Amino acid sequence: MATSYGPLSIWAVIVAGGLATFAIRLSFIHLFGRVDEVPPWLERALVYVPAAVLAALVAPDFAPASATVEAAITPELLGGAAAVAAAWKTEDVLWTVAAGMVGLHVARFLL
Amino acid sequence: MDSRVPPDLRDGIRDTLPLLLGIVPFALVAGVAGVEAGLTPLQTVGLSVVVFAGASQLAAIDLLGRDAALGVVVLTVVVVNLRMLMYSASIAPYFRDLSARVRAGCAYVLTDQAYALALARYVGDRDRGTSTRRPYYYLGVALTLWIVWQAGTVVGVVFGAAVPDSWRLGFAVPLVFLALLVPAVSDAPSLGAAVVAGAVAVLGAGLPFNAGLIVGAVVGVATGIALDESGLGNGDGSGGGGDGTDSDPAEGH
Repeated sequence: MATSYGPLSIWAVIVAGGLATFAIRLSFIHLFGRVDEVPPWLERALVYVPAAVLAALVAPDFAPASATVEAAITPELLGGAAAVAAAWKTEDVLWTVAAGMVGLHVARFLL
Repeated sequence: MDSRVPPDLRDGIRDTLPLLLGIVPFALVAGVAGVEAGLTPLQTVGLSVVVFAGASQLAAIDLLGRDAALGVVVLTVVVVNLRMLMYSASIAPYFRDLSARVRAGCAYVLTDQAYALALARYVGDRDRGTSTRRPYYYLGVALTLWIVWQAGTVVGVVFGAAVPDSWRLGFAVPLVFLALLVPAVSDAPSLGAAVVAGAVAVLGAGLPFNAGLIVGAVVGVATGIALDESGLGNGDGSGGGGDGTDSDPAEGH
């Protein structure tokens, strides 16, 4: 999964993403007094952003290439399952990544 | 020397140390994943310095590695970091006496952890009748995280370049997303948001520009709001993980 974008495109993404993120961070800190709080409708939507975005990011990485059982059970899926179990149990990034990597390599060895 | 360090700054650094156990592996992954996705070491470290928000960095690296449209990459970074609007609004009153320049500096280093620790401290001040007026405590937390984040990224870059591809270290990226996703799914509406977003993203995987990701996220958020409005949000956590600890969904690092 190596990108085929050139340096200019990559740096453009870094700078644009950085400026936008800085603008989000600075928004209310800068405007305080004129705008004191997040509008309620936006606040309600933001509650569900992490769950939705993370799921949308992660799901394609584990989706089967075709709709057969053999194609669905991949080392990646088993590693992911181990990671979910660890995340549930520990809520810790380190343990989750460790469980997922071990799961991936054990499954690759066994399958 | 020690007496010249403001006590609030020292408190901030001290309170941050236990968090580093979670930050260091995350930073290492950001470094490793950048190199694995074909970014140069300088670009990978540049991403950490310029954006300085872990989940969004990994999302950007993941999407660049898949050759997603550049606009989708930037839009995803924005969406992942939108939650910081809430932090900015919430902590703004405590920064209002600072100069514009110091406020801008404080904004640049705003993260989930710096927000959470500093706000707890400031609110605690009100109860105790003490005062942490200056931003020293906040900066103690935020700058410690910044330094460790950059150092961790550099180590990850060096390590990632030296490790053979068969170790599949790039797989750590979706694993970190899972580590952040599971605690974020704490009740029925957020479970619904995650399931629908994931399903739409998979179905839309063939769409041009990786638009499936954005469409999935938007439909997922709408699902969460709809379930919340239908009253499901008042139930107990019937969803996936997160045994009731709903702090900081999707932490920044």
